[in-house]
Amino acid sequence: MAYFRSHVLVSIDPECVKKGAYDLMDALQDELVKQGLVDEVQVLETSRIGDPETEGPDLMVYPESVHYSNISIEDVPFLVEEHFLKGRVAGQYIHEAKESLDEELSAPKAKEVRIVLKNIGEIDPLNIEEYIARDGYLALGKVLTEMSPEETIQEVLDSGLRGRGGAGFPTGLKWRFIRNAEGDQKFMICNADEGDPGAFANRRVLEGDPHAVVEGMIIGAFASGSHQGYIYCRAEYPIAVRTMKTAIEQARSFGLLGEDIMGTGFSFDLEVRMGAGAFVCGEETALMASIEGKRGEPRPRPPFPAQKGLWASPSNINNVETYANIPQIILKGAEWFASFGYKKSTGTKTFSMAGDVKNTGLIEVPFGITLREIIYDVGGGIKEDKKFKAVQTGGPMGGCLPESFLDLPMDYEALGQAGSILGSGGLVVMDEDTCMVDIARFFMEFTQDESCGKCTPCRVGTRRILEILTSICEGNGKPEDIDTLRHLCDQINENSLCGLGKGAPNPVKSTLEHFLDEYEAHIYEKRCPAKVCKSLIRFEIIDGECTGCTLCARNCPVEAISGERRKTHVIDPDICIKCGICEQLCPYDAIEIK
Amino acid sequence: MTVEVKEGQDIQKVVQLLIEHHGHEKSELIPILQEINSKFGYISDDAITEISERMNIPSSHIYSVATFYRMLSTERHGQHVIQFCESAPCHVAGGRMVWERLQKELGLKKGETSEDEKWTLLTTSCLGVCGVGPVMVIDNDIYGNVTPEQVPDILSHYS
Repeated sequence: MAYFRSHVLVSIDPECVKKGAYDLMDALQDELVKQGLVDEVQVLETSRIGDPETEGPDLMVYPESVHYSNISIEDVPFLVEEHFLKGRVAGQYIHEAKESLDEELSAPKAKEVRIVLKNIGEIDPLNIEEYIARDGYLALGKVLTEMSPEETIQEVLDSGLRGRGGAGFPTGLKWRFIRNAEGDQKFMICNADEGDPGAFANRRVLEGDPHAVVEGMIIGAFASGSHQGYIYCRAEYPIAVRTMKTAIEQARSFGLLGEDIMGTGFSFDLEVRMGAGAFVCGEETALMASIEGKRGEPRPRPPFPAQKGLWASPSNINNVETYANIPQIILKGAEWFASFGYKKSTGTKTFSMAGDVKNTGLIEVPFGITLREIIYDVGGGIKEDKKFKAVQTGGPMGGCLPESFLDLPMDYEALGQAGSILGSGGLVVMDEDTCMVDIARFFMEFTQDESCGKCTPCRVGTRRILEILTSICEGNGKPEDIDTLRHLCDQINENSLCGLGKGAPNPVKSTLEHFLDEYEAHIYEKRCPAKVCKSLIRFEIIDGECTGCTLCARNCPVEAISGERRKTHVIDPDICIKCGICEQLCPYDAIEIK
Repeated sequence: MTVEVKEGQDIQKVVQLLIEHHGHEKSELIPILQEINSKFGYISDDAITEISERMNIPSSHIYSVATFYRMLSTERHGQHVIQFCESAPCHVAGGRMVWERLQKELGLKKGETSEDEKWTLLTTSCLGVCGVGPVMVIDNDIYGNVTPEQVPDILSHYS
């Protein structure tokens, strides 16, 4: 085999090709011949390296890992001479590393462990070969040629992997139910209906590492004896839908999906189904109804999907993240996986951090990490160094936890005991300027809107809670409201049909428990301590701070501000609609909210 | 894979093509409705009748499905559809102020279409781009980190 001391990888991204990447390759080759280096330096194609829009055509030189960008054919003779003949890096062409463009996923922080996210941003998701190059489909090969379905199930059971959609049911056990269920046709379903506001981990996995999900599903199908699978992805994620479809086509053309996979006689195929905008379809029975072409309404369980699921056949439903963990578990072993985590929650969990935290975005941390470590060490603390007030875990059906819970080790059980849930891993951080009654009302608005209407406790109960919370926020709260809310929360939780209704009261229940003083301030003193609820605040101009610049008066949409130039202005509270424009505009911070 | 629709093609023809492409299975109903919705902007009574006859599904069932899902509409929309994300992360990041400004600028409330049929103002569930909230989508353009002051400027880009 020929030996080269250097390899030049030219990005053959469509955008770079448009900008002449192939001509650049030819020019490089010609120049290497000219300078007598053609036996020492090899020119190769690679996929996208940098941002082709602004940096293409670009190339990477190994083993030095030097990234040159915006290279034109005219630059080639000098570049070859400098770098390959004289052995000096041509500084003027070097790619300037920019701040990460990815606002959602930055380089891993100290306390992170990346298993599910390991390939995200590292490989080209539209090219199966890049996945294969990073040990992709090796686990599938191992399972199909060296392991029995029962051994596969045992490995997953031993790893301790539990459902990452939030319920935390042991994945191996679910697969065993399907394997043992009666029926000729069994379905594997991937729940990619990531509807929780604030959660986007699944989207990034689907968009960034689609084959990990496909491989996990094939392994699951082999273990549980299924030959047909569906990925139910929400329509709000058009890129994820497209990426998954491409991944499935590529896997099929590589003989990794369809008939006789890898020549082992095992057959399994996959199809993507798109949601149409219904939050409740993330609930497994509603999801299956939607695949069948019906309204996505949940039904009572039992029978569980493992007995009677899609088209009344035994069906296994796992979340995107659960499947994405599977290839790693098979490759590196159950013991390796179980070495991460805490008590009965092994492995890692992705969290989507949002709200008033400095570093928003996606993280992956081992179970057992505390909320404080997540918010302060990984998240960088609260924006503008304000005071932490609460964190809501697990999406709209999760509870709001105050500061006293920050040292809680995160796992399925601990969060449940604290009155919240792990859910799909949403984390909304709230600072001191957040009104907890308003937040509870806000979440109730969401669940009330998304309630499918099938069962009464959820349909009527959430509406009733919303009405009471709205009246409290508007300053019309009555002392008995607190007891009524508590009663309603219990009733809805106990009597609703599905997880949406059962979880809906959590934000109200948890804020009533941890932030009762705020409810009381609204009800008894008609005061909003965080100065958020409009009916309970008024805007005033501070005498002495106002310079009479007239900026506020000119921009007030209802002409509620009056005053002479260079003299203190006044806001008429009867006209003011509390839009806050004056406060945002005032260059002297002379407007105060009371 | 979708079915090409030519300009001015009537709904009967489109439904026929869609069913030929997707098949008659009841499970194909939602994909077919999605395509009609994206091509015509909404699902008309005529479309429901046509699907009902061709797929042998009661029109009451089709109507119940079409009205259940948020991304399917049985009402005609304006020329530009604004979808504002009403989810918690956007709300916490200042979304409420943007939402109020948006309603004021357009003189519309949630779900309304302007009289000149230029705008329809809707809310959407989480789009999963919470890192750049508040977020809104106009037609197929997505706007992140929106402030109330930017609203008039953003709207002025649409004629």
